[in-house]
Amino acid sequence: MPELDGQAGQAGQGGQPGGGRRIWIVPQLRDGRVMRASWEALAAAGRLAAALAASAPSTRTVPTVPTVSPLPITAVLLGSGLDAAARELAQRGLAAVLVADHPALAAYTPGAWIGVLAPAIGAERPDYVLFPHTYQTVDFVPRLAQRTGSGLLPEVTGFAPAAAATGSPDGAATNAAGAGGEAAGDGLVWTRPVLGGKLQARVRVRGAGTVLVSVQSGSFPADALPAAAADGDAKLQPLPVDPAQARPDREVLGYEEAAAQQVDLTKAGIIVAVGRGVGGADKLGPIEELARALGAEIGASRPVIDSGWLPRERQIGSSGQTVSPRLYIAAGISGAIQHLVGMKGSAVIVAINKDPSAPIFTVARYGLVGDLHELVPALTAAVKAAQN
Amino acid sequence: MKIAVCIKQVPNSEARLRLSRDGRWLDEEDLPFIVNESDEYALEEGLRLAERTGGEVVAFSLGPERVREALRKALALGAARAVHLADPAFAGGDALATGRALAAALAREAFDLVLTGSQSDDAGFGATASIIAGHLGWPHVWLVMGVELEPAAGPPASAKVTREMESGVNEVSRVALPAVLAIQAGINHPRYASLKGIMQAKKKEIAVVSPADLGLDPAELGAAGSRLEVLSVAFPPAGEGAQILEGDPKTAAAALVQKLRQEARVL
Repeated sequence: MPELDGQAGQAGQGGQPGGGRRIWIVPQLRDGRVMRASWEALAAAGRLAAALAASAPSTRTVPTVPTVSPLPITAVLLGSGLDAAARELAQRGLAAVLVADHPALAAYTPGAWIGVLAPAIGAERPDYVLFPHTYQTVDFVPRLAQRTGSGLLPEVTGFAPAAAATGSPDGAATNAAGAGGEAAGDGLVWTRPVLGGKLQARVRVRGAGTVLVSVQSGSFPADALPAAAADGDAKLQPLPVDPAQARPDREVLGYEEAAAQQVDLTKAGIIVAVGRGVGGADKLGPIEELARALGAEIGASRPVIDSGWLPRERQIGSSGQTVSPRLYIAAGISGAIQHLVGMKGSAVIVAINKDPSAPIFTVARYGLVGDLHELVPALTAAVKAAQN
Repeated sequence: MKIAVCIKQVPNSEARLRLSRDGRWLDEEDLPFIVNESDEYALEEGLRLAERTGGEVVAFSLGPERVREALRKALALGAARAVHLADPAFAGGDALATGRALAAALAREAFDLVLTGSQSDDAGFGATASIIAGHLGWPHVWLVMGVELEPAAGPPASAKVTREMESGVNEVSRVALPAVLAIQAGINHPRYASLKGIMQAKKKEIAVVSPADLGLDPAELGAAGSRLEVLSVAFPPAGEGAQILEGDPKTAAAALVQKLRQEARVL
């Protein structure tokens, strides 16, 4: 697959790279800045543009690799007071940045966001609209798909041209389609996790029309994006906001801390984290002993917190803390993607699990397969023996 | 208050999983199914709100014959009756096709509130509530960690809803009723079915509805009505990058500590 790196930086005037297909990205902001997950979605958009250009029919007079930037990507920015974020995006070699800057968009609501995006998508009919796979995206994008009659492809972790995709024999899978409907025509096969990451599904989109895609964080490194380039300025264009359409459908009353953050796991050098596999609050003793022997903090995956075995301030993952200690020991954690995004930046990961096919082993450097109730005390003893 | 709760039956992922022969999904023979985790919390929340307001819960589920077991469980826990969207035409749908069918079934009655779980543990789209709400034209909130009906006394007109956001922050908002709420796991402590409840459930009604009952064209439902198509599923490359340390617990633990000290140098 062609890499985005080093291409978009060469901003110039070009024809229609991307096989004539149009890609939009809707970045999410936090405190007025573009979130990291949004840059990753932009990196995915860049690779998508390159893949579509490469797969475009050769009869078209388009370059097969989009070396002539700007990339055929339009960013759509929603909010109030967007100057800084719009400038930040405009320097990334995009075709255009549509800016919906309006007091009615000061706080996110599905009604307001859909009220701006649905008419724009309906009028322009882009082929793909990419979003970072955040809680806000899951909150409103399915309804945006329903409203605009678009396809919906949530939480993708990758894509490849059908011919290059691996897995079951591809011809067989494609011929077995059976259920009718033509392929989207771009021949792309996407991957997304199912069963909490225990399986990876290869999916494709059939039929014509816009597809709304959300991009799982950590799948398309934002480091691959070219640095901001002054000569890559995209055209900033106002996107009209009709307050009669962009109507909040919830009254936002405020924001509150979900848990008193008395425990700051982000500072810990070593974390021993437990999952559902530990089996109960009464079985945490050996985990605590291991943590004591290592001088580690104790963390947990979401099911442990929901079951009340440990307080919420110890939760690690997308709705808890994001940590990157030098050593992370995951005991009885299968490794759902919501947990992985909160810890896979750790320098060294050890997985202890009875199921050798658990997804946690895909991010771990070392693994112990077996009953954690035997392995954890053995590990504590080995740590103590090594210290003496 | 009349409350609908949509529940999904999903494979128990703790069980030994085998792929189906065509490689597109799991081999469902001998595969145990359970009620999706967050749907259990949605059902409990619905039962509590119904008890508080003197209302009732109606459980909805879409799927093959085995789904009746999940609906029976909802009835045993306290749902008044159940609706089963049972027809081969419903099968294999993506989030939009399934949401279309559920919304049509829900629209046949006048509910004050529709609850779903936040996300299925198998497909994991997290999209059903928001798609249903789009069809019904009601407000919705995804990932709900708290529901307070307003006013506290008398017929509820709105709900104060706490929505989980990333990084440990919650949004508190007010939505007018009727509304669709996608309930996050952990919002409450689901009850267990009593023996009495299980006995009573046997006498409760499970209505079966087909696409024709809903006035829907089978072409817009299930796999035929879906733009998303699963070509294959696969286990992630096992232990990719992970060195599995073999041996009995003592041997493996000692080998790990040595690796952590001398190879990774983190101890």
